[in-house]
Amino acid sequence: MTASRPIIAFTVACVLAGASSRAVAQSGMDHSKHRMGPEIVIPKGALYTKADVEFMQGMIAHHAQAIVMARMAETNGANPQVLKLSRKIDQSQVPEIIIMQDWLRRYGQFAPDTSSWHDMRMDGMLTDDELKAMSEAKGVAFDRLFLDGMIKHHAGALKMVDDLFKSPGAGQEVDANVFANDVVTAQTAEIGIMRRLLSLLPPK
Amino acid sequence: MRMIRGFTLLLAVTVVPNVVLAQTYPTNKDPRSTLKPGRFDAGIAISNMKQVSFVKKPAEFDTTAGLKFINSDLAFGTHYIYQANFAGFTIWDVADPANPVMMSATKCITSQGDPTIYEHLLFLSAEGAGNRNDCADGGVKDPKDHMAGVRIFDVSNPRAPKLVKNVQTCKGSHTHTLVPSPKDPRTIYLYVSGGQAARPETELAGCKNGTDPADPTNSLFMLDIIRVPLDNPEKAEVIPGARIFTGLDQAGECKRFCLPTDPRRQAAAANRAAANPEMPTTPRNCHDVTSYPAMNMLLASCQTHSILVDITNPEKPIRIDALVDTNNFQGRHTAAFSNDGTKLIQTEEWGGGTGPMCQASSMKELGGNTVITLDGKRKQKQRGYFKLPSAQAAEENCVAHNGGIIPVPGRDLYVQGWYQGGVNIMDFTNPDSALEIGYFDRGSINPPKGADVPQPPVDPSVRGGGNSIGGSWGAYYWNGLIVSSELDRGMDILELTPSDQLSANEIAAAKLVRFERYNPQSQPKLIWPPAFVVVRSYLDQLVRNGGLAAEQTAAISSALDIAEMRSGAARASALNELARQVDKDAGGAKDAARVRTMADEIRRLAAASK
Repeated sequence: MTASRPIIAFTVACVLAGASSRAVAQSGMDHSKHRMGPEIVIPKGALYTKADVEFMQGMIAHHAQAIVMARMAETNGANPQVLKLSRKIDQSQVPEIIIMQDWLRRYGQFAPDTSSWHDMRMDGMLTDDELKAMSEAKGVAFDRLFLDGMIKHHAGALKMVDDLFKSPGAGQEVDANVFANDVVTAQTAEIGIMRRLLSLLPPK
Repeated sequence: MRMIRGFTLLLAVTVVPNVVLAQTYPTNKDPRSTLKPGRFDAGIAISNMKQVSFVKKPAEFDTTAGLKFINSDLAFGTHYIYQANFAGFTIWDVADPANPVMMSATKCITSQGDPTIYEHLLFLSAEGAGNRNDCADGGVKDPKDHMAGVRIFDVSNPRAPKLVKNVQTCKGSHTHTLVPSPKDPRTIYLYVSGGQAARPETELAGCKNGTDPADPTNSLFMLDIIRVPLDNPEKAEVIPGARIFTGLDQAGECKRFCLPTDPRRQAAAANRAAANPEMPTTPRNCHDVTSYPAMNMLLASCQTHSILVDITNPEKPIRIDALVDTNNFQGRHTAAFSNDGTKLIQTEEWGGGTGPMCQASSMKELGGNTVITLDGKRKQKQRGYFKLPSAQAAEENCVAHNGGIIPVPGRDLYVQGWYQGGVNIMDFTNPDSALEIGYFDRGSINPPKGADVPQPPVDPSVRGGGNSIGGSWGAYYWNGLIVSSELDRGMDILELTPSDQLSANEIAAAKLVRFERYNPQSQPKLIWPPAFVVVRSYLDQLVRNGGLAAEQTAAISSALDIAEMRSGAARASALNELARQVDKDAGGAKDAARVRTMADEIRRLAAASK
């Protein structure tokens, strides 16, 4: 790994160090958990709400799991199109995690790291069994599980944005607003691409 | 628990070697890759351009971090530059481009403020959920105060702009594009692209989120249109939009994981409404649309789709063709036409503009420009890709962004901003192999930092809380200048300088094309007056590409010099004779088409000399 690629290197390191990071987060292993970290306090006069903070924290975990899924394509015999898409998802979502962490830190809020996907299960995230099945599948079987899984995963992200904007006063802070809209734009298009790739797989 | 941890470790081990394999873009060792970071003292690399001036943002828009006060796009009118900002706009007097003078900085929270100037009216796109009718900060407390759509300012007095009207639209306005009425010179249309879901009907009557693209009451799947009577801008109104997205649905369905499989989650899901399960994933909006009124065409950049639209009747746009990139999954952002309307550029904003997508490790086929050609039936065909050829730092948000055509006759040149990747010029004359012929770049705003580990909270009043989002939002050629809107720092004015890739004649010919008003997304037809520098531009191109033998180009050059020393009928006669000779030369030329165009230009110059 070269010096110019610290972000991805660190992401991998954090996946490796998942167990110790969990200790830092002082979180249990309740897989139904939708948030982690200390109680959220919103300062008076802030342009963001608790829902914005929860959205950013939850989406970090959501993205982190997507990156783990995407990187499986490298070893599990994904077809070239699925591989290209998985790299796109990986390279798209790593910098988005940095943006979300920067946002949370700027407002003095707790910023989960990339191990948080172990502890937070947001909409559309896969279960450990589903991940295990995907990690053991090869070739076309992997492609199918990956595409199905990532479509569900992306749909969950869209639902998180939908819920954010439905929450009173949320989604107004401009960085959160732009970020949430970018998630919808990118992931809606990717769901379309994945559905098409799914339709191109040989029948079971 | 133990099993789960073991599984995690397995995943981690399997991902490590593949990170190296993902490297797809060669590191470029040009001067842009190693510039010193800094907000106002960053290193600069520049090629085939020179810097004429730089002005900082007005104090009103200087900020800590984040997007709240970033500059966005530009519009040009007479000797003014209208520079939008997420929190308002600045009017610069550039009568002396070396010393831009600020006329006013108008504070009005209007993310993202995409601007259009037409006579004394300035139009600004408002999209964010926190924008208010009264322009003030503080967010929307009562939905009736929410402004999403297009603001109209009267800028007759550039020192004191006045808000005339807020035109509300269902999806807000991320961008908008001017289309003049072909029938009524006192009417213009704004085609509005809004990326948000439709507002609730309780907030704005008639708005509806639906899943059927053909439903005439559905606010989604529609290009919104505002009609503006120029003499009564307060009567600007939304008219029925264009359903250019119907019938684009793709095949495919969810088979296994589309529903929650965990019984607890499933039970929980059953108790809440699903999030539009049938919502098509084909575009329901575009990022923006580029009009080319002189050719009655519009190219809409709509995520997965590049949509070509006929705008002969601006109130009834009709889709002609749609192109999907099924190879590299590019998303569409902004388009431009070649002057003859046969080539198109689609830029792609991978990462949304805030991500560092030009690193050495970044995928080359994403986040750049696609060149598209149109055949006789106006069917699009995907040709070459072009991406910033210089690797940028992890601290630099970078991806293809907005730009415009440089009016060099005989060539297709596009100047554009790449955020912190800087400004560059792409030559797409050959649609299969676009290349770079000039650039301007600064080092990153922030120095390199550590990475993805828990860090202490940042004082929001201190700069440097995370990476600053900056760089060139858009760079445009206007009346001899290249103007770049810098998100975080201010505004740069640049000028072309001659090189073996762009001659002094070509630069002089470009300067002959002048516009009273220029809104890049509403592309003007370029018309060059008859001139020696125009003829010599073609001649320089033939020398450069070997399209005509050296002894012939030398003879033509001498003949032009001699003709230029004459005047009136004598000049016309010399030029006509030269044109006849050049016609003959075309027969044996490698680039016969260019030689014939040059002959035509010589004749046009002869006609103007009489």
